[in-house]
Amino acid sequence: MADQHENHRHEHSHGHDDDFTAPPTVIELRVKALESLLVEKGLVNRDAIDAVIDTYETKVGPRNGAAVVARAWTDPAFRVWLLEDSTAAIASMGYISAQGEQMRVLENTDATHNLVVCTLCSCYPWPVLGLPPVWYKSAPYRSRAVADPRGVLHEFGTGVPETTEVRVWDSTSEMRYLVLPQRPEGTEGWSGEQLEELVSRNSMIGVEVARKPDLTGKAR
Amino acid sequence: MNGAHDMGGMEGFGLIGAEDESLEPVFHAAWEGRVYGINRALGALGRWNIDKGRYARERQRPVDYLNHSYYENWLAGIETLLLEALLVTQEELDTGIPAGLVSEGIERLVLTEEAGSQLPSRLNKVLLPDQASPQFAPGDRVLAKNRHPSTHTREPRYLRGHVGVVHEHYGTQLFPDMTSQGVEQGGHLYCVRFEAGELWGAAAAARSAVYADLWEDYLEAVA
Repeated sequence: MADQHENHRHEHSHGHDDDFTAPPTVIELRVKALESLLVEKGLVNRDAIDAVIDTYETKVGPRNGAAVVARAWTDPAFRVWLLEDSTAAIASMGYISAQGEQMRVLENTDATHNLVVCTLCSCYPWPVLGLPPVWYKSAPYRSRAVADPRGVLHEFGTGVPETTEVRVWDSTSEMRYLVLPQRPEGTEGWSGEQLEELVSRNSMIGVEVARKPDLTGKAR
Repeated sequence: MNGAHDMGGMEGFGLIGAEDESLEPVFHAAWEGRVYGINRALGALGRWNIDKGRYARERQRPVDYLNHSYYENWLAGIETLLLEALLVTQEELDTGIPAGLVSEGIERLVLTEEAGSQLPSRLNKVLLPDQASPQFAPGDRVLAKNRHPSTHTREPRYLRGHVGVVHEHYGTQLFPDMTSQGVEQGGHLYCVRFEAGELWGAAAAARSAVYADLWEDYLEAVA
């Protein structure tokens, strides 16, 4: 499946904006034809579609989630609120919209490592993480995360001790899950902004841990 | 329905092969963004809901679902929804030429540029007032029923017939098995914990569990 995805991506990227010389692919023509039909029928507005694309490319993304995590690492009262009423605490930072109306934050500790998946489709907390990466929506991840979570973590280079319980959260309802990764050691006294740099998207899905201070290239 | 989308526990798909997150674009080709935008714009017309959308993608032939990339599956779902909502005809899809008028009054629903630049929310649609007391409470042992509806459900196959423990009651929420059929109905929703050994057998890794959100209709009490 991974190979098929690669092939698809390759095949379909021909004729796309960075390569004007290649003829458009079948899928590009099909999408173009559908959009034109819908515009002519008065069902969609092209400018609105442009605006939607721009919004999800530029206005939401994992930096929102990183801000939530960094605040939880630096503000003990906020951390408690975030774990007790995730939806309200996240909304208080302005992050509430479709696919994030109801949130649960899952705290990673020495005893517990949390991992989020959607085996049935691609449910993902858009307001805090943006749209999901290709791998999150792919068959290899969706099939294996629930049956072999430690194998999946290993593929991401994440070692979780045998003594730590791995909890996999399958997003089968409209509840959306965000992992609160453990704050890396050696970050005492860091500002929220500095800490945000350590909060990778993958650490908030739970396939990785937060970046180590020496891997960000930032001076302490 | 027991479709190709219900992937938990399947084998043979190979490595995940994640891209470097600092390099991965939101859309990998311009057409993917168009499909995403068209889906959102059509959603504003109010002719279907999110569960109908999922059901439309799931109903593809399993071979097609698995062969398609993610946004190809979205495109297939959009075409099905448009046909079933009588917003376009098969002939229009085939030729690309508009043949008929759409229902009166729909123009005032069309997503505007301004609305498209806002993040949408359907907060009030997800949670419903309780219509009955919940049958289960945190700590209760429950069995995920062995049920195989031919239409949309959010009870994954890998959980059916297995026993778990209720972790949290999430209140009354729209019940996808019905909303996907156009009937707005609520049901109590629970987050249920299943031990890995219960789901995958004795060979499953120790110290591992799966949590899934399951509606009351999917569950029955276990002594």
